Amino acid sequence: MIRLLLLLCTLAAPVWAVEPSEMLDDPVLEARARTLSEGLRCPICRNESIDESHASLSKDLRIILRERLVAGDTDAEAVDYMVQRYGEFILLNPQVTGVNWLLWGAGPLMLLAALGIGATAIRKRGLATQEGLSDDEEARLKEILRD
Amino acid sequence: MLFTLKLRYTFHMLNELAHFALILALGVALIQMILPMIGAATGRRSWMAVAEPAATTQVVLVSFSFGVLMWAFIQSDFSLAIVYNNSHTAKPLIYKISGVWGNHEGSMLLWVYILTIFGASAAWFGGGLPEKLRARVLSVQASISVAFYLFILLTSNPFARLAVPPLNGLDLNPLLQDPGLAFHPPFLYLGYVGLSMSFSFAVAALIEGRVDAAWARWVRPWTLAAWMFLTVGIALGSWWAYYELGWGGFWFWDPVENASFMPWLIAAALLHSAIVVEKREALKSWTVLLAILAFGFSLLGTFIVRSGVLTSVHAFANDPERGVFILIILGVFTGGALTLYAARAGALEAKGIFGAVSRESGLVLNNILLAVSAFVVFVGTIWPLVAELTFGRTLSVGPPFFDAAFTPFMVALALALPLGSMLSWKRGTLGKVWSRLWPFAILALALGCLAYAMQSGRSALGPIGAALGAWTVMGALVDLWQRAGRGDIIGRLGRLTRLPGADWGKAAAHIGLGITVFGVAGITAWQQEDIRVANLNERFDVGSYSFELKDVSQIEGPNYLTTMGEVSVTQGVRDITTLYPEKRFYPVAQMPTTEAAILNGVLRDLYVVIGDAQSGGGYTMRVYIKPFANWIWGGAMLMALGGFLSLTDRRLRMAAGAAKPKVKAAKPVNA
Repeated sequence: MIRLLLLLCTLAAPVWAVEPSEMLDDPVLEARARTLSEGLRCPICRNESIDESHASLSKDLRIILRERLVAGDTDAEAVDYMVQRYGEFILLNPQVTGVNWLLWGAGPLMLLAALGIGATAIRKRGLATQEGLSDDEEARLKEILRD
Repeated sequence: MLFTLKLRYTFHMLNELAHFALILALGVALIQMILPMIGAATGRRSWMAVAEPAATTQVVLVSFSFGVLMWAFIQSDFSLAIVYNNSHTAKPLIYKISGVWGNHEGSMLLWVYILTIFGASAAWFGGGLPEKLRARVLSVQASISVAFYLFILLTSNPFARLAVPPLNGLDLNPLLQDPGLAFHPPFLYLGYVGLSMSFSFAVAALIEGRVDAAWARWVRPWTLAAWMFLTVGIALGSWWAYYELGWGGFWFWDPVENASFMPWLIAAALLHSAIVVEKREALKSWTVLLAILAFGFSLLGTFIVRSGVLTSVHAFANDPERGVFILIILGVFTGGALTLYAARAGALEAKGIFGAVSRESGLVLNNILLAVSAFVVFVGTIWPLVAELTFGRTLSVGPPFFDAAFTPFMVALALALPLGSMLSWKRGTLGKVWSRLWPFAILALALGCLAYAMQSGRSALGPIGAALGAWTVMGALVDLWQRAGRGDIIGRLGRLTRLPGADWGKAAAHIGLGITVFGVAGITAWQQEDIRVANLNERFDVGSYSFELKDVSQIEGPNYLTTMGEVSVTQGVRDITTLYPEKRFYPVAQMPTTEAAILNGVLRDLYVVIGDAQSGGGYTMRVYIKPFANWIWGGAMLMALGGFLSLTDRRLRMAAGAAKPKVKAAKPVNA
């Protein structure tokens, strides 16, 4: 079910993801292009990077990205170039700015809260565990009694 | 002649009868929802007794309905709109059958069909349950049925007719015409819907204000079964994506995938916390909350998939009827249950007490990590929607976010797992566990270092995954060995074979997790890729293998045309195999698909894809070497097997009939 819709939307133009003809001769530059294109979203697809997308627009974007790199752009400049034209939407890795702090902070904050609650609850209970034997102690007791 | 005519007329009527059966089922479910609940509250036994026959009747009615729909697909009855839209006479029989759930209406019918089967199973096998609890569980279960019958009948009628039946259908999406995907949805649904049982038990317990060890023992098998099915369903989907989408990706953090992953994580947490309730009568209210959340996430998943809201806000706005309906179901059930929870959770008193270092605490940590990681997936999944609606920011949350935000939780989980799972109940000491495990920690670390040294300069992900995987697997084996008691090897091996199913299940599931972790890290870190224009009879090397495109031919399949390449693979002077990658075209759907040719292996897969013919001669080809790919799904299958082994544990079956003295007298296992 994963990306049927997307494949449906691109079926009019069955093009390939990264084709040999697009690739740069310089392996270092090509590797950079691949890494960057994995983080850029195909604007007309559903949750797919331009690196894996079959859409013709993605192909154009892959070529533009490579042109920028050949022209001497740094990684950040090349990505900025794309963001200026397609907006923040094109970034698969959401920026850590503004309200996105909430997105990035959600996990760690929740973890801290959960650990805090868990630890408090366990400590409160732990106070009461002083009485009675643990499983280990009971096993040990049994052993002693058997001897 | 007259007979055939009559027969045809009867078949024609079947669709209407099936539709009517659904309406009847709605009526029966309404009765099952109301009478037993009132009966349980007022102590009227005859009212409670309605639940069981009603649950059985629902199964009979929906079985009929579902059977007729399947028959219509097999017969290619194009007077039904969904058959016309999703089938074709030339389609192989198995995909005619799987086409029943390869569309919205049919898949919802399957959903509700499984729901009724689960409900009836509780009626049939719940003989040991206290009468009132059983009546309430079945009543809650029926209320879910009512909601989904209404959904189907009001918004998604699978038996809608076309006034003029066309001569042939539009065919099922070719991507769905695949064995992996044919059985992916039923398993997922078995998982989603199985969690409704945990939910019903939780709500019934809240109404009664009582949760005890027996309750946990009744809930656990249902949760285990649901989790097991979800595991299989998710693994099937991932495996399908791997071989079908043409570049060997196995997980995309797509909203639809996340929709099934969230309930899986919560169900895994629930499985573990229910153990604490069962053995120690602690974590009661937390377990009830998890049971509610697990089904809540199932409903959320159904909403995400069925409304398309996360694909595009606009698609949702254009056709909001179905989405809004499921949103209401989600709101009523999750909201209602949580309100009940807020009101009644206080009544669930914990009995068991435990120290800060104990198995219970270890399971609390497990629950925290699983629940928070599910929360991270949840936030990441809905964030684009929230950001757009609330803050006017149109943005994407893709794999880089999930990889970064989710993975640390799994690393922590794998690190803590062997330690936590070997701690004593009530009060344990880490030192004691560590004294058994430290040689294996060093071994795992050494393995990681070795991997790091061998790969020279690639990402650290591979070595970390190798070390973590080895640690988890060895930890589970040590735990199992420890359980065999003391004494000589023969005696231990003997006792090992007599360990209860739950112990074996635990070991299998934990080993499976370790293997999956290793597989994911391995394929991500060490995969090799080659994209090129391959000329006929021109050899090229990828890794230590040589590939050669020998021939390309055009072949006609049952309902497609295919371009098939013949690629010979050699390693040094050794012939490895010949692979036949295909590029298919389905004329009815006007849609191409890639059929990668894969040589599966334990240590690596060879993955070859053929593309278009190039104007200068030759074909585009992609070749991948995917190390440890099969470990991902192999691990998942082991996890599912673990669930199954736990299900076979006699103690759970005893619980099902706990009220019967005969069963109670059965010998305790491995006392």
